[in-house]
Amino acid sequence: MDASINRTVQARVPFELYIHVPFCLKRCGYCDFNTYTATDMGGGASRSNYANLAIAEMRLVHDWQQIHGIEEPALSSIFFGGGTPTILPAADLIRMVKAAEELWGLEYGAEVTTEANPDTVDEQYLAQLADGGFTRISFGMQSAVPHVLATLDRTHTPENVTTNVRAAQRQGLRSSVDLIYGTPGESLDDWQRSVQAALDLEVQHISAYALTLEPTTKMGRQVTRGQLKGPDDDDEAAKYELVDDMLTQAGLGWYEISNWACPGQESRHNVGYWRNIDWAGIGPGAHSHYNRVAFAVEKGLIRGSSKQTIWRTTSQAQDSEQSSTQTSASAYTPLAALTKPSPEFCSIAPIRAWDIAHPKVWAQAVQAGEVPWGGGEAITLVEDIEETVMLGLRLREGLSLKQLSAVSGHVWAEADFVPAVSHDLALVSGGRIVATRKGRLLNDDLIAQVLDLVTNGV
Amino acid sequence: MVTYTNQPGFTQQSLIRNFCIIAHIDHGKSTVADRVLQLSGVVSQRDMHDQFLDRMDIEQERGITIKSQAVRVPWVKDGTEYTLGMIDTPGHVDFTYEVSRALEACEGAVLLVDATQGIEAQTLSNLYMAIEHDLTIIPVLNKIDLPSADPDRHAAEIANLLGCSPDDVLRVSGKTGEGIRELLNQIVDEVPPPHGQSQAPVRALIFDSVYDPYRGIVTYIRMVDGELKARQKIRMMSLGTVHDPGELGVICPDMIATKALGAGEVGYVITGVKDVAQSKVGDTITTETLPAEQPLPGYRDPQPMVYSGLFPVDNAQFPELREALDKLKLNDAALVYEPETSVALGFGFRCGFLGLLHMEIVSERLSREFGLDLISTAPNVTYKVTMEDGSQHLVKNPSEFPDGKVKKIVEPLVAASIITPKEFIGSVMDLCQDHRGQMGTMEYLSPERVEMHYTMPLAEIVFDFFDQLKSRTKGYASLDYHEDGEQAADLVKVDILIQGDKIDAFSAIVHKEKSYTYGVMMTKKLRELIPRQQFEIPIQAAIGSRIIARETIRALRKDVLAKCYGGDITRKRKLLEKQKAGKKRMKMLGHVEVPQEAFIAALSTGDAEDRDSKDKIRAAKKSNE
Repeated sequence: MDASINRTVQARVPFELYIHVPFCLKRCGYCDFNTYTATDMGGGASRSNYANLAIAEMRLVHDWQQIHGIEEPALSSIFFGGGTPTILPAADLIRMVKAAEELWGLEYGAEVTTEANPDTVDEQYLAQLADGGFTRISFGMQSAVPHVLATLDRTHTPENVTTNVRAAQRQGLRSSVDLIYGTPGESLDDWQRSVQAALDLEVQHISAYALTLEPTTKMGRQVTRGQLKGPDDDDEAAKYELVDDMLTQAGLGWYEISNWACPGQESRHNVGYWRNIDWAGIGPGAHSHYNRVAFAVEKGLIRGSSKQTIWRTTSQAQDSEQSSTQTSASAYTPLAALTKPSPEFCSIAPIRAWDIAHPKVWAQAVQAGEVPWGGGEAITLVEDIEETVMLGLRLREGLSLKQLSAVSGHVWAEADFVPAVSHDLALVSGGRIVATRKGRLLNDDLIAQVLDLVTNGV
Repeated sequence: MVTYTNQPGFTQQSLIRNFCIIAHIDHGKSTVADRVLQLSGVVSQRDMHDQFLDRMDIEQERGITIKSQAVRVPWVKDGTEYTLGMIDTPGHVDFTYEVSRALEACEGAVLLVDATQGIEAQTLSNLYMAIEHDLTIIPVLNKIDLPSADPDRHAAEIANLLGCSPDDVLRVSGKTGEGIRELLNQIVDEVPPPHGQSQAPVRALIFDSVYDPYRGIVTYIRMVDGELKARQKIRMMSLGTVHDPGELGVICPDMIATKALGAGEVGYVITGVKDVAQSKVGDTITTETLPAEQPLPGYRDPQPMVYSGLFPVDNAQFPELREALDKLKLNDAALVYEPETSVALGFGFRCGFLGLLHMEIVSERLSREFGLDLISTAPNVTYKVTMEDGSQHLVKNPSEFPDGKVKKIVEPLVAASIITPKEFIGSVMDLCQDHRGQMGTMEYLSPERVEMHYTMPLAEIVFDFFDQLKSRTKGYASLDYHEDGEQAADLVKVDILIQGDKIDAFSAIVHKEKSYTYGVMMTKKLRELIPRQQFEIPIQAAIGSRIIARETIRALRKDVLAKCYGGDITRKRKLLEKQKAGKKRMKMLGHVEVPQEAFIAALSTGDAEDRDSKDKIRAAKKSNE
């Protein structure tokens, strides 16, 4: 540890902002996101007050960064996800963008995206967003087949999607649609129809996701009880190959396992996640990630483990592993500790933190002037390598061996991977490991093969 | 501290009553024994903990008594102090020989039956054994405090069995203590006192032998003739070994050293030997200076009936497995083992057990007490194989099955008795017939329950017979069996091939008639249990070079294609770490990852229920015709 550690930690990567809007009109049977259908969750966490709270959190996070000497570059992207962000008035969304811009600055040509439910927007709403600085809309289309939409509990009709995508295009907004395949009862023909319908919209970006069932969702329970047939891996693999073929033929190339775009139309925001850059997450349950955070650890608490909890959790902390080490935790929050000039207790590591999930508890923390984190982790060297590998291998640009070498502190060459990684799962060239189509379908296996090699001996 | 009139070594035989309790598992034997101790005052209320006599954790948890104990209990009746020797017997089918030695040490037996359940097959067979040993039987119904108790009905059943009046059947509750006093009085009145020759050379029967980590082997004995003094050198008559005198004593219920033990008394001796194989159940102890001429009758070596391979999942644990087995062996004369090498599983041990429960207990202790992660192969019995060239082979493991032309295979048989409510007679008969059982007699114990006798190959019982019996009779049937000769049978070895490689650990010796079913069901089962991998995996069953069944595990096409955005990364990373840990618990057979459960799949291959299996079995048979 460098004793003369510089308390100003330069961020080495771009910086982006994610804002979570935890409200929906209706809960879909397959969805396990942190979202609620009530308009008011108590404690000030209502739809109408939401923008105010989110802006307040941005200020708290910005202060936290300042105190920690984290100097981020201007935002390269802002992304509203949910829930259903467009359940809020367009003016609220715009207000949040402006607030972020004031705090961090917004890079020239930055990407500002919101997810949109085709039910909740119209041309006027979209026009407002375009005026307010939004550049991109991502529509939750899911399917063009009515019985599939019904199984997914989606309330929109295929016509809604067409109308709104056309309107967005007229307003000069880049648009994308999301599709889901593998829904119980969906035939290969149904799926082909949906993909064709998406292509007919002439969007330049399409995401296609295999339906993944979480046991805690309504649909998950129906499958467990045998009331619904669960998704089938082979069926999903066939559907993946179909969508990949159709989109590629239409000029939308894959750039991530589940994402296709015309050249230059990729979601810059999401690529940021896969390149493992810095981002701040705002809103209940949102995750944040910083590559280099200097934090202090009280003497005697570190014990050779970098897994120490490094921030204060609220009394409602959900993560018991973290809260168990906390008594009078404020003594070693980064906030307090860094005000003590005792550099020998400092450590630098990547961290991830997540906001308190329940909107009411989250709102109370924000109103009390605390960064509303519910938990987090200091990412160990091995974990950092694991994340770099598993994220990089999702991308068309592949896992950069240069990045891997920088993270792991060991120089990796192509030759290290050529015999060890199944040649039909990945190509190793140009200083990168790139998944083949089979390697995309068997991505977990590819990741395991690469990690077996890389983490052996770390 | 109470002082007793009758001191060890100075107790007249006429005041001694030695008895054991015969009961089925869960019929409350230990609870009744606890009440006896409490009522007699040898255990204070404060020290009482349930099932005082069962020392091992595993026994307490399962409520099974494996190791018998012998307690000296004072009991005063009509102003006279009597000395009761209460010998606890093991209640399970695998320990028949130990039970017979415990019975030999007694003059009376308390037949303890759960008033809610009625008598069970193992109890009945132990009862018959007690009657053969000329023991006075005192029938008792336990658990009369339970609302579901039906003492009248079960008393009639017992009376019918013993030829006594239903009124002679005592009614007690181990839980409340009701009736225990009457039981003890009855024991004093009815159980005959021992009648050994107190002046003759010493003969003492070893009816149990237990390893104690601090004291070495504690040997439980019943003095038959003569008087053994604490300082005398003793001789084990069958083994021919001589030991320096150690401690002599009685259990009361703590161990109390005494100067002598006289004819008829029950107690223990510690000789300093370190493992139970040197102090064998059934052997006779005499003195070195004045030895008896004849040992007591009935000694024999424990014979393993069932064999199974035990392999550490991680081969590096082999030395620890050896050490653990060595330690268990100290306390378990019936456990035998020798190193075995399997192509599929690496280094392990071929272990011989008295039966399935014995096997289960040993593997459970190995994993619980020694933290070993083990794969146990399907159990099998010993076959005598004679080849066309006249050579003979003793096959304890399918992998030892000789290649070439087989002339004759002989397998061990058992006599099985099954007690079942009469409405299940049909399904029990079907089941036994399916397992190559030959029906003997059938007797009605009462209008509702029958006892059925079968002769069956032991191999049929060690698979899944007991589980099937339970499921077909809604848990009501009980089973008892003992060795009963052998027979020649038409048996074949079925091999299982994964990706064309024969996996020795999956080979099994089965009856020819059933080999097709076995092959089809086993390949199907493995197809379910082995996860799909990136390549296609053929699974075949073969007899010799002839393939009789085939399944294919199709190549995995997709693992997870979930979203992975900012909020998913931690969860995804943890999932990958979990998958990695899971893989470590898989056994690599060639390139194929096989989960541990696959190795016991043969135990539950069961019958063909579905159409696909039936078709495949028919096809396999046809191809052979």
